[in-house]
Amino acid sequence: MTARTAPLADAARTPRHAETALRMETAELGMWVFIATEILFFGGLFFAYLYGRTHWPEGFAAAGRRTDVVLGTLNTAVLLTSSFAVALAVAAAEHDRRRWVARLLWLTAALGVVFLVIKGTEYRHEWSEHLFPGPGFALAATAGAELFFVLYFLTTGLHALHLTIGIVLMGAFAAGTEHASGWAHPPRLQVAALYWHFVDVVWIFLYPLLYLIVRHS
Amino acid sequence: MSYLDDGYTLRSWLTTHDHKRIAILYAIAITGFFFIGGAAATLIRLELATPAGDLVSHDTYNKLFTAHGVIMVWLFLIPSIPSVMGNFVLPLMIGARDLAFPRLNLLSWYLYMGGGILTLAALFLGGVDTGWTFYTPYSTMFSNSYVLLTLTGVFIVGFSSILTGLNFIVTVHTLRVPGMGWFQLPLFVWAIYATSAILVLATPVLAITLLLVAAERLFQIGVFDPAYGGDPLLFQHMFWFYSHPAVYIMVLPAMGLVSEIVPCFARKRIFGYRFMAYAILGIASIGFLVWGHHMFVSGQSMTASLVFSLLSFVVAVPSAIKVFNWTATLYKGSIRFDAPMLYALGFVGLFTIGGLTGLILAALAVDVHLTDTYFVVSHFHYIMVGGSVMAYFGGLHFWWPKVTGRLYSGVWARIAAVIMFIGFNLTFFPQYVLGYQGMPRRYHAYPPEFQVLNILSSAGASVLAIGYLLPLVYFAVSLWRGERAGANPWGATGLEWQTASPPPTHNFDTEPAAPKTVYGYDAEADARLAARGAPASTERAEA
Amino acid sequence: MSTFGARILASAGQGTLDPSFSLLAPGASANAGRTDALFIALLVLCGGMAIVIATLIVVFSFRYRRHAVVDRGNQASGESAGEIRLEIAWTVTPLLIFLGIFAWSTWDYIRTTRTPADALPVYVVAKQWMWKLQQRTGRREINELHVPLGQPVRLVMTSQDVIHSFFVPAFRLKQDVVPGRYTTLSFTATRLGEFHLFCAEYCGSEHSMMLGRVVVMMPADFSRWLAAGPNEPGLAERGFALYRSRGCSGCHEPGSTVHAPSLAGLIGRTVHLQDGRSLVADENYVRDSVLLPLKDVVAGFDPVMPSFAGQLDEEEIAAIVAYIRSTSDASEGRR
Repeated sequence: MTARTAPLADAARTPRHAETALRMETAELGMWVFIATEILFFGGLFFAYLYGRTHWPEGFAAAGRRTDVVLGTLNTAVLLTSSFAVALAVAAAEHDRRRWVARLLWLTAALGVVFLVIKGTEYRHEWSEHLFPGPGFALAATAGAELFFVLYFLTTGLHALHLTIGIVLMGAFAAGTEHASGWAHPPRLQVAALYWHFVDVVWIFLYPLLYLIVRHS
Repeated sequence: MSYLDDGYTLRSWLTTHDHKRIAILYAIAITGFFFIGGAAATLIRLELATPAGDLVSHDTYNKLFTAHGVIMVWLFLIPSIPSVMGNFVLPLMIGARDLAFPRLNLLSWYLYMGGGILTLAALFLGGVDTGWTFYTPYSTMFSNSYVLLTLTGVFIVGFSSILTGLNFIVTVHTLRVPGMGWFQLPLFVWAIYATSAILVLATPVLAITLLLVAAERLFQIGVFDPAYGGDPLLFQHMFWFYSHPAVYIMVLPAMGLVSEIVPCFARKRIFGYRFMAYAILGIASIGFLVWGHHMFVSGQSMTASLVFSLLSFVVAVPSAIKVFNWTATLYKGSIRFDAPMLYALGFVGLFTIGGLTGLILAALAVDVHLTDTYFVVSHFHYIMVGGSVMAYFGGLHFWWPKVTGRLYSGVWARIAAVIMFIGFNLTFFPQYVLGYQGMPRRYHAYPPEFQVLNILSSAGASVLAIGYLLPLVYFAVSLWRGERAGANPWGATGLEWQTASPPPTHNFDTEPAAPKTVYGYDAEADARLAARGAPASTERAEA
Repeated sequence: MSTFGARILASAGQGTLDPSFSLLAPGASANAGRTDALFIALLVLCGGMAIVIATLIVVFSFRYRRHAVVDRGNQASGESAGEIRLEIAWTVTPLLIFLGIFAWSTWDYIRTTRTPADALPVYVVAKQWMWKLQQRTGRREINELHVPLGQPVRLVMTSQDVIHSFFVPAFRLKQDVVPGRYTTLSFTATRLGEFHLFCAEYCGSEHSMMLGRVVVMMPADFSRWLAAGPNEPGLAERGFALYRSRGCSGCHEPGSTVHAPSLAGLIGRTVHLQDGRSLVADENYVRDSVLLPLKDVVAGFDPVMPSFAGQLDEEEIAAIVAYIRSTSDASEGRR
């Protein structure tokens, strides 16, 4: 990115345009940098996972077999669909199809809620099977199994927290678009969509690590 | 109307979006934390003057060195140059009106204050005794002190760092004045940019690590404690993955500062500008790959130790380049010895010594003997105190006229710089010898044969303390009675000097033009001025 | 060994825990000389570099001070070719020097990790805030380690609680002592006398009080000292007794109805595991198998071994390890 007179074709028309265009470019870059910090945030947990898997492969395998691969796969499909929906919403926004933008954003938020419900169901199952770390952990005899579940709950919990923020964001944009508020305009929606895609991508990394890899051995 | 006159109420300060006011808010808080951390150091050095642990109890001593480390690292060093000078000067240097996200900047300060107050609360409630490194399983399962409260405070301060780094990165990318390309940026901007990249990428890993420590302590789950199925080395890897880049957060901005001061007071462009910029990037990136050199005797595999040792030698190369370049800048310069220059030259000397001892520690066979001794303590104090703190003072003295619009006593400032340099060496050089003799660190009491060097060190610390207290006096005097400063009292290049001292809230009345060359000094011309007996256009009468 | 010892004895004096100041006590282990030599070489190199830089700064500051009338001409406005050559020179030269130092120190380091097969084993358990040591014959010590002169010694160490670090400045060696696993430290003492033992990893309230001493004796004196101790079974003997009394032999002896791997000569052998990996069995493997039997199951065996976590303390585990090691010494021996 170069200095202020970056390729913003019609930005030079008025100083006001230039300001707005610059603010958007700034906001988008800000979101990318924020995503970079989040990657390292989750990255720390991925590192711990890698360490655990290297040192206690059998423990991780035993614990990994206890995650619910059906619900996990279902959730992956839900989240992928939601990303598709938000991408469509951004495209619709560029063509000024306000009604569709609102509908698609509500759909995105709804799919996010579905994800959380399914996740909650998984957590309930895991609670009843004594898979929560701490005293009374079911697989305490297997070294490494508890670490797996610590990481499982931390990563999915943090992911759910980020997802919840995303749901609120999408809902706000949906409402804002419906009421034709000035602030919910396309460039801003693009930045918010970026956040949602990031949350989706985190899950795409978590899903194989928590549900798939540990099952094959 | 300057930014200082733009509202006199407390509320106007506490709700400001002005990067300059936020910088002042940080400066005041950081000074407070510095002296609290310094008080802990004073008690430590008093205790260590005698071999027996007779001044305070074991537990109190352990809490003192922990408090000293936690406060100095997270509440003083890491925010100091970026959040004070970066905040104030960076937008000015690139000709911008403010940072990219001014309200986020204010949030950063509140997060810093919140986290800092929580940490202090832990201190006053009874303290924490794990060492600033929180090694497990001691910190998770054995320590009976306010670990969780301290961790929470540090966790929150971490977010302040992350947001500040994010703000700086976006600012440097998007708000530069037209015509100011990357290789026309002052090196201070490069340094802050690289530091911000580290802030943004390393701090989240610390956050996660602290979260795991808290989880283990709260819920007795086995992450790091082998008694519960965890691994203590996992903690060390995760902690040092952040904490090694953290030391570059502390030193890179200092290097940037020195690169502003030396050319100005030698009246000569920095030698090897591009190499300096690349060296900054090199230090920042390779710095992420050397964390295992804190773990050579931890029980990690020999292969890991070999790799980390090799990379630690490699990361020393860009630092060496920078030292050579600063020295070469002096060649055929026209050198003045105002206070900022004394601090900057002090940095170069002390950082060189500290960096070279780092090289000694990178040597595996020698590190086996030296790690966890006073040799390491001296090494990092040479870099962080002899280096970063001296550079911080250099920056304070360089930009004081710009920030406050006042001049301070040049004579007293130079005296303080010299006292600081001498006091620092008296305090910390004996500790190198103590380390090779085998005195371990974090020792409350020690065998009597170590006493002579400890007394020397404690005596030196009293001299150093005087060096730190003097600026409080003459800076305060300058605020009350100091001569008013012009826009550019040092005759420095750089856009920050193209506006009034102190600047107006909006920084520039008209958008400045990017200078054609960065560091456009001319030593020959300056020397000719001096020879004619004419003062430089910016020279002022000495106090 | 005895001529080696005599040579060393002839060279230097004895070490003592002398409370008076001295700049640096001479090293007392076989590797100390090399560490000191490397350190001094580094001091000369780094000190020399620091002096060069400091001198240049002082000389330039004086010669080119503002009021000095001296030639400052020929200042190129940009980065000249000469400048770039200089930059490259002082990039490549330090890099090569640093790589040389790396090579030297790595070579020395690798030498300190090599342990001869006939090294005397001593088992060390660290706890807040004391050192518990046990010789192979079973003789126990608290905060003291007696070793014979000129004989390689191998410490097998673990902690009962937090991380400690076994540090003997006179030997120029230290090794962290970690809970949950064994770490090892090998040395050969080369001077008679008493030397400080420090804990070098912060471990709580009385970290600085966790002191001890290493006592180096003539081999004959050491044997006498060892024999003079309370009459206890040797470590391997105790281990064998535990091996029987806790039921290990019930499964691991040939002829058992339970199919379990044989443990004779285990340490040093390559073991193939169920998931396809293989490793060389060491003390940590034995310890993990006793406490976490499901961690590394041997290929071809069912994961039916019960865990003994909580039933054996560190000293008992050390005894079992010593017993299993003794079955290797009895057979071929070499690692």
